[in-house]
Amino acid sequence: MRVVLAEDLFLLRDGLVRLLQAHDFEIAAAVETGPELAAALAELDPDVAVVDVRLPPTHTDEGLQCALEARRKRPGLPVLVLSQHVEQLYARELLADGSGGVGYLLKDRVFDAEQFVDAVRRVAAGGTAMDPQVIQQLLARRSGDDPPLARLTPREREVLELMAQGRSNAAIAGKLVVTERAIAKHTANIFAKLGLEVSDDDNRRVLAVLAYLDHGR
Amino acid sequence: MTMDTKNGSGRTTGRGIGLAAVRGLALALVSLPGAVLCFCLSLVSIALIPIGVGIVTTPYVLTGVRAFADARRVLAAEWGGVRIPPAYRPLPQDANPWARTFGMLRDPATWRDLWWLPVDMTAGFVTALLPAVLLLYPLEGFALALGLWRVFPDGYWYGFVPVTGQASAFGAAALGLVLLFLAHFLTPRLLGAHFRLTRAVLGSNQGELAERVRVLTETRRDAVDTSAAELRRIERDLHDGAQARLVAVGMDLGTIEALLDKDPARAKELIAQARKSSVEALTELRELVRGIHPPVLAERGLGDAVRALALRLPVATEVSVDLPGRAEAPVESAAYFAVSEVLTNAVKHAGADRIWVDLHRAAGMLRATVTDNGKGGAVIGAGSGLAGVERRLGTFDGVLAVSSPVGGPTMVTMEIPCA
Repeated sequence: MRVVLAEDLFLLRDGLVRLLQAHDFEIAAAVETGPELAAALAELDPDVAVVDVRLPPTHTDEGLQCALEARRKRPGLPVLVLSQHVEQLYARELLADGSGGVGYLLKDRVFDAEQFVDAVRRVAAGGTAMDPQVIQQLLARRSGDDPPLARLTPREREVLELMAQGRSNAAIAGKLVVTERAIAKHTANIFAKLGLEVSDDDNRRVLAVLAYLDHGR
Repeated sequence: MTMDTKNGSGRTTGRGIGLAAVRGLALALVSLPGAVLCFCLSLVSIALIPIGVGIVTTPYVLTGVRAFADARRVLAAEWGGVRIPPAYRPLPQDANPWARTFGMLRDPATWRDLWWLPVDMTAGFVTALLPAVLLLYPLEGFALALGLWRVFPDGYWYGFVPVTGQASAFGAAALGLVLLFLAHFLTPRLLGAHFRLTRAVLGSNQGELAERVRVLTETRRDAVDTSAAELRRIERDLHDGAQARLVAVGMDLGTIEALLDKDPARAKELIAQARKSSVEALTELRELVRGIHPPVLAERGLGDAVRALALRLPVATEVSVDLPGRAEAPVESAAYFAVSEVLTNAVKHAGADRIWVDLHRAAGMLRATVTDNGKGGAVIGAGSGLAGVERRLGTFDGVLAVSSPVGGPTMVTMEIPCA
């Protein structure tokens, strides 16, 4: 699987390259500035891009802008955005086109190599990988004034959080140490309570959840 | 900038009129001889500078003129509510007469004093005397009507009334009555006019500049205090938080190194702990950075930073932004934290379920309005968060206005000048 990597800190870039190579990814390019990233995304046509939000030369949100631009040119281009901080505003922008294949994670998630690589694979496969912090903020904000969310049991909320991060039922079952059937039951309950259509597609599922959370702002 | 601290002309009670007349009379009696004396002495003293005598006398004379002007400034403030800030340049205490003389003569305030003296002895005298005249002249009219006219067998002009007999004396009394009626309205105003005349000549925009310097000095002190406190807070947070955790990570790593061969299971445990500590250190650093300079603000500017802020609030918040380009970083930062503080207040105290934020920049002003539909009753005062916001904005010459009737809604408007 070919990856384009953009990260301006040498140590982190080097670490990411080694980490991804260790997990059988092919590094098509590892760049450090916004323009380089734009060129690499246009020429190399990678399977997935792992991008830092803040990149030279502006040191603002250059990386995110490049990723969004590349996705406009090639809809569905899988992009995993890494950041020192997570901001709902950026998560929304990434999810705005609704075509999936996006991720937005804190840089520290790299510490848990397995989880991080799993996120990259999920994004490359067209799924989503939202940082738990983004989801928690969303849920915390919405649960107070929202009767449907308030009706969820604590366990169902847990499942919803993991679901919104982009995990499949199997992954959720593994994480919560229960059977996949139990999770299927929970998700069915959640969809019923939130009034969402059931779908087999992980990606659409997450987008539906996020769209619901976004709804009515 | 208005310098009328209180409006002394609004009182039209009998006592007020009498007081104004007496004060005016006193002013007139002092100002005419005082101004003439000061003026003559100054002229003579300055004229004598070429032969040397003036160099010795001029500082004393001009100091006297200043004292005279200062006394009038005090009276203007106390009697007329008109503030005339003095704006003399300071002179070194140990300067020789030569330096003193020319130092004073180079000061525009000295020349304003000297120009004011002839104005004060003419127009100033008249405006000060008129209140008393307006009050006393009618009394003469009444006295004529009461029989005083007999003293003037050849006729006597009272105003435009020729007094020749009792009938015309009554006419004089009628005129006196009219004048008394006018005095009722005019007396305090005339005294006010006198002080405003004094301010027009004696005061200068230098005074406003002095006022401005005072304000700037205060706000600078506030800014220095605030930033020092902020630095202490950051140092403390780093010291107690991230730094301590990193030390713990280092210690854990050292232990792990020692344990690696002897007790791999324990080492693995410690590794997990070290990783947890490093994550916590990162979280703390992130919070700290958000408190110093929020990343979204750095990346996207004020509009999106406030939008991002609104997304994190537990209350539904609508943000509308009209900001062409980006303001300077310190201005953006001040506006962001001010808005943030006001929003926090609204969430905590207002009990609102909707908040509207409006950011707007026009004509060199950055204006942020935060409106909520809560219970109102917010005030700027000691101990309230709003006073802190006001101080924060003050550093940038910004202002804060709060409209918050009890029962709501609350509307907080902030304005910061920006180029």
